[in-house]
Amino acid sequence: MKDLFKVNTKTIVATGLGAAIFTLLFMYVKVPSPVPETSFQTAYGLSALFATLFGPIAGALISFIGHALSDAIQYGSPWWSWVIASGVSGFIFGFAFKRTKVEEGEFKGKDILTFNIIQVIGNVIAWVVVAPVLDILIYQEPVNLVFTQGITAAIMNCISAGVIGTLLLIAYAATRTKKGSLSKK
Amino acid sequence: MDSQPIIEFTNFTFQYFSQAEPTLHDMNLNIYPGQKILIVGPSGSGKSTLGHCLNGLIPFSYRGEVHGSLKINGVETSTLDIFQLSKVIGTVLQDSDSQFVGLTVGEDIAFALENDNVPGDEMHRRVRSVAQMVDMDTLLTSSPFELSGGQKQRTSLAGVMIDDVEILLFDEPLANLDPATGKTAIEIIDDIHKQSGKTIIIIEHRLEDVLHRDIDRILVIDDGRIIADMDAHALVASPILKETGIREPLYVTALKYAEVKVTEEMRAGHIETLKTEFSRDALQTWYGHIQPADHLNTRPSILKMEDISFSYDGIRPVLTDINFDIHEGEMVSIVGKNGAGKSTLSKLLCGFEKEDRGRIFYRGKDLRDKSIKERAEIIGLVMQNPNQMISNPMIYDEVALGLRLRQVPEEEITLRVDKVLKICGLAPFVDWPISALSYGQKKRVTIAAILVLDPKILILDEPTAGQDFRHYTEIMEFLVKINKLGVTVILITHDMHLMLEYTPRAIVLAGGRKIADTAASVVLTDAQVIAEANLKETSLFALSHMAGIEDGTQFVQGFIDYERRLKNR
Amino acid sequence: MNMKMKLFSYNLADTPIHRLSGLTKLICFLFLTFAVMYSYDIRVTLAVMVFSILLMWVSKIRFSQVRLMVIYVLIFIVTNAVISFFFSPEYGTTIYGTSHEFAKIFGISLTYEQLFYQVTKMFKYASVIPLGMIFLLTTNPSEFASSLNGIGVNYKAAIAVALTLRYFPDIQRDYHDIYLSQQARGLELSSKAKFFDRFKNSLLIVIPLIFSTLDRVEVISNAMDLRGFSKNKTRTWYTSRKLSRQDVLALVVSGLIFIATVCVSVFINQSRFYNPFI
Ligand SMILES: Nc1ncnc2c1ncn2[C@@H]1O[C@H](COP(=O)(O)OP(=O)(O)OP(=O)(O)O)[C@@H](O)[C@H]1O
Ligand SMILES: Nc1ncnc2c1ncn2[C@@H]1O[C@H](COP(=O)(O)OP(=O)(O)OP(=O)(O)O)[C@@H](O)[C@H]1O
Ligand SMILES: [Mg+2]
Ligand SMILES: [Mg+2]
Repeated sequence: MKDLFKVNTKTIVATGLGAAIFTLLFMYVKVPSPVPETSFQTAYGLSALFATLFGPIAGALISFIGHALSDAIQYGSPWWSWVIASGVSGFIFGFAFKRTKVEEGEFKGKDILTFNIIQVIGNVIAWVVVAPVLDILIYQEPVNLVFTQGITAAIMNCISAGVIGTLLLIAYAATRTKKGSLSKK
Repeated sequence: MDSQPIIEFTNFTFQYFSQAEPTLHDMNLNIYPGQKILIVGPSGSGKSTLGHCLNGLIPFSYRGEVHGSLKINGVETSTLDIFQLSKVIGTVLQDSDSQFVGLTVGEDIAFALENDNVPGDEMHRRVRSVAQMVDMDTLLTSSPFELSGGQKQRTSLAGVMIDDVEILLFDEPLANLDPATGKTAIEIIDDIHKQSGKTIIIIEHRLEDVLHRDIDRILVIDDGRIIADMDAHALVASPILKETGIREPLYVTALKYAEVKVTEEMRAGHIETLKTEFSRDALQTWYGHIQPADHLNTRPSILKMEDISFSYDGIRPVLTDINFDIHEGEMVSIVGKNGAGKSTLSKLLCGFEKEDRGRIFYRGKDLRDKSIKERAEIIGLVMQNPNQMISNPMIYDEVALGLRLRQVPEEEITLRVDKVLKICGLAPFVDWPISALSYGQKKRVTIAAILVLDPKILILDEPTAGQDFRHYTEIMEFLVKINKLGVTVILITHDMHLMLEYTPRAIVLAGGRKIADTAASVVLTDAQVIAEANLKETSLFALSHMAGIEDGTQFVQGFIDYERRLKNR
Repeated sequence: MNMKMKLFSYNLADTPIHRLSGLTKLICFLFLTFAVMYSYDIRVTLAVMVFSILLMWVSKIRFSQVRLMVIYVLIFIVTNAVISFFFSPEYGTTIYGTSHEFAKIFGISLTYEQLFYQVTKMFKYASVIPLGMIFLLTTNPSEFASSLNGIGVNYKAAIAVALTLRYFPDIQRDYHDIYLSQQARGLELSSKAKFFDRFKNSLLIVIPLIFSTLDRVEVISNAMDLRGFSKNKTRTWYTSRKLSRQDVLALVVSGLIFIATVCVSVFINQSRFYNPFI
């Protein structure tokens, strides 16, 4: 459990660069969804990947910094309630860290399931609980509005973290090498 | 040498976690304080690995098994951590973009001091004085985006020197630097060595460029073993360079062509120290017998740029009024200093960027309305940075990607991919993930991925950066072969040897303008072009003067013609 | 897709605002935004908004620099207003406890309470924006990390932010280059492709970007370790500055504004809302 929150230089660097990609994806790489005026944020697939590889601290900071930065660039100021919710989702994604065998080069059946359960829990807590409650506390938004928004966001983000995150993790596992496995033909 | 060695390897062996074999075998090596050492060897021979053992990245960052002993200053390194080691040995990594972690030059130089909790005033004072040493004191507030490759390298150097370490380790400091900046880098390193008496270790493929200044010892590593440890004069006189596939200095090659037996007494390690009295007559005779080759390419134009101008931001021009005409089946190089606009030019040709003014023609047809995809049917571009092209985790899939997107049947893909992998020396690695390859190997993957598409015109941006001489020769010979079959080849390069050897014609850019478009031998002997474009006079030129041959340009051309004839035989 | 957009168009003008240290600006920014986020009193919001527009003028920010942001914000505020009206047309009445109807559309009654609630909310959102813009456009990104560390954020997190700012332009450029080189290998990215193909193809750009970044993480963290990063519990900053008199003044003023806001809510309104209807 303590290992989960260990931070070394690699975690820090992964956080910094991960947040930079998150910002970029959040602003430019949205896959249009069938529901008008909404889109799947590929960025949550990325934060799920980094959180699984580097842990909850990296996951939380990547989504928090990335979301805050892209809000600041686009709107001039971060939308705190959603920025915090993003951070929470990344944090919970991080509980998949060291629970799968992806670093050993395997990401199949059971691992995919573990990852996706954690990912769904993270999205539900972040978007159906944290974001609406903060919206009400900070901005006094109408209750039914914020929960409708929250549920929509949770569904969309579950799909992007689930589909894109899983695909990225499978691709990542393929690049891992096993002990003593590399020899020239 | 009676003092105690500063670095001491005894029966040292190292094996990476994922490798089946050790990468370093049973090393025994002593390095003494104040020595200046050069390490050369083929790509993948374990040079960087050796460096990692010294600075502590092994075992701190890379997992693996260590046997034997490595002592620094008499202390076993396994008892030290990376922070203690970083006080003794400073490392300048090959990739200066990754080494540059600060938002500005000043911050980057100060990075080590910040981590040491040095107070603000003292920090600013020390940064200023180190920046002065590397001539960067006027650029302290510049961001990496505004710096040339050479300036970034200087910043890295300052960032390491600020800690007052005893040993400086440079891993390929010259890769990606233009010839003049590379020369300056070697001079800076040498000045530091002379002034401070630090121990210096340089890992580099470009032997002749490093030998621009004195080196105490040269270590040759092959397959994880030290196979030679001698000074420059002895090394160039021995057959070792040839056997391990390391490029010897060009003037040494010329001497050998002239059938001079290069011996240690000739002091051929540096062109400045070379004693020509043994070889003058032989060189003159040889030169007198070279038959000039005919160069005229009278075939029709295939690619033409007319008055092209371009700017990324609409303010600062990157290319201005560029005109040139490339003939079918030609092999041309584009050279010029860091930031001159060479890569930009290749992007315009492929339609990655849109020119602000001017026109581009392919066989007389205007390319203006052709999309990137349509141009890609004709022109293949291998970009400078391999990481920007690679999109699959596995080598085979990466090379096959373009064919699959073009809906080529899978059986044909297998044939074509296998063939091209063999040419690029990648066949032994077919089922490796790309992440386990060295930089030079990755670069070859991107070349293979474009070659497999059979383009009419092939543009390669720095194809030989980070390659050892053997692979370099293999790739280049293959390019010559497909060039003979009619493919036009354009090479963007900082390697003057490459330009001389393979491309009869060179286009020189400086400050976004074309300043020369002529025979490669003329470019490399024209002092004004050399100065303006940050190139370097070839050592052949100096050799011709030492041998009493008046027309240096003609001598260089003669060398090229001779060599070409030799290869064609 | 405008990839040439700059991250921060930080401009090097020399104004009193620019001369403040980054730490001061960060603290002032937080004080003032918390003030408007906390209070639901339109008088407070308007006062802060006027004050911050004044500051924008002092710091010589031109409208052209912020036009794009203003447009985004306006779209956002209007959409939000419309949606929240249709979701809860009587929310204002619930909050203020009275109901003054003045019109009816589609059978929904329009009350002054609802109108007042929505107008207040609009200004509340709008008033944060100029503060953020001033902060972004007058703070040297180099000072940002040391400022974060200055307000108590762990230095490792602060460095992560600095690295984000450092490598964002690089990553933006890499993305662009990969996008082009994939097209040159025959990838169809225009809207001609089918939805599923487009999804798959955009992954073909994102994947190399992510994987080359993961490789880079290794090299950069090696470079940082080699220069002694994280060996101590604290670190100093090349860019941090000593606080000047002006800094202290700015801190006091914004602190007072924050306290005043809280006082207005606690003593005058006796709630976060200002209620003109009773
Ligand atoms: N992290 C690693 N894991 C596994 N194998 C590695 C790793 N790094 C290097 N190798 C292998 O060790 C060998 C030596 O690599 P090294 O980087 O030391 O070569 P080099 O001599 O520096 O080559 P180059 O001139 O291309 O930089 C190579 O075969 C490489 O595949
Ligand atoms: N995407 C970009 N946006 C803005 N400026 C750029 C971009 N790419 C390059 N530049 C600038 O344009 C100039 C020319 O760059 P280019 O990469 O063409 O140089 P080069 O001749 O290839 O240099 P090198 O030898 O170092 O590779 C440089 O000053 C560079 O900073
Ligand atoms: Mg190496
Ligand atoms: Mg270039």
